[in-house]
Amino acid sequence: VTLAEGVIRVGRVDFGGVTQEVNLSYVPEAAPGDWIVAHVGFAIARIDEDSAARTLALLDERPG
Amino acid sequence: MKHVDEYRAPERVRRLAAAIAEDVKRPMRVMEVCGGQTHSIVRFGIDQLLPPALTLIHGPGCPVCVTPIAVIDAAIGLAHRPGVTLCSFGDMLRVPGSRTSLIAARAAGAAVRIVHSPLEAFALARADPAREVVFFAVGFETTAPATAMLLVEAQRLGVSNVSVLCAHVRVPAALEALLADPATKLDGFLAAGHVCAVMGTAEYEPIARRHHVPIVITGFEPVDILQGLLMCVEDIAARRARVRNAYARVVRPEGSRAARAALARCFTAVDSDWRGLGRIEAGGFAIAPAFAAFDAAQRYDIGRAAGGEDPRCRAGDVLRGALRPDRCPSFGTACTPEHPLGAPMVSGEGACAAYHRYRSIAP
Repeated sequence: VTLAEGVIRVGRVDFGGVTQEVNLSYVPEAAPGDWIVAHVGFAIARIDEDSAARTLALLDERPG
Repeated sequence: MKHVDEYRAPERVRRLAAAIAEDVKRPMRVMEVCGGQTHSIVRFGIDQLLPPALTLIHGPGCPVCVTPIAVIDAAIGLAHRPGVTLCSFGDMLRVPGSRTSLIAARAAGAAVRIVHSPLEAFALARADPAREVVFFAVGFETTAPATAMLLVEAQRLGVSNVSVLCAHVRVPAALEALLADPATKLDGFLAAGHVCAVMGTAEYEPIARRHHVPIVITGFEPVDILQGLLMCVEDIAARRARVRNAYARVVRPEGSRAARAALARCFTAVDSDWRGLGRIEAGGFAIAPAFAAFDAAQRYDIGRAAGGEDPRCRAGDVLRGALRPDRCPSFGTACTPEHPLGAPMVSGEGACAAYHRYRSIAP
């Protein structure tokens, strides 16, 4: 996410190589460098990197 | 890509599948609600990794599939009206109405335009004030906030040549309806992660309590789905009925406050028809009175459905989880994605389309 401020907060989001504008009104906490979930032109959630790392670590500790 | 690859790692998938097998000691039926999850399950063959006693039932979480025939007919009627451009998401175009589809109507000269966001429809209206632009608003609570933004901006900027044909639906109401139907016999639910990213998790607590089923908020990648399933079968095995979150990196308990506020401002919950499922109490969103000037159903005389479902289509049974798509007599013969009898064969979230794409056996 990189930011372009206006009346409505819009970010430029890199979707694995393709950059598109995404409306950030519903995820005001989104900041440059964040990963977000986007849907029909809107961010709907910011991905919590710490939570993601914790979940994967727990999974990998589980005896297989 | 980051946040994708690590959730497709074979070793993690294998460990989770083994853990699930240990917990399933009696027959269990779990419904994944969202069509995006159904596609992931069928695409990656997740169902084939599970113990035979655990059956995944595909739910009605395909917005395009549950949009009533009458509303599709209304959209087609509007697209044929002189001076009107009907804007729709692409996966709605092939969905059959009672007589034809939007794509056939477009071939016959109707003004139908594919958009990827309600704001594209809004931009189109601003760019051409002489044309009336109608946005065909389909989708769950994930999509409705985007439509809300169109309504708010149209009112704020006085853009009077745009309106919304509203067919938004509410997921928790459909869960209630499915659980109240004794024929479905479900032991647990995987709730749709992206709906919960917007709405949060509180709506599901009373449903879990009332119907005594565990509900696990679940994501869309293989590891996400297996983790959701593991938490669900643990609770089923222990006879616990509670809401848990297997998609914590995306879903906060409170959801998106700003999106929920926009929904509360722009819509009211109303009883609504779900194609294939029937009337569902508080199953849909209607445009709030404050935005009535932008409601296409009030602005135009949109008429009634000219007819009903193709009698060969068993979409209702598929959406209720009573019929697996590939067991329908018309599957892959009379009904294909190019010539669908019903909506679930068309949409990127439809269960029939998932089976046709990933499970069709070559002749």
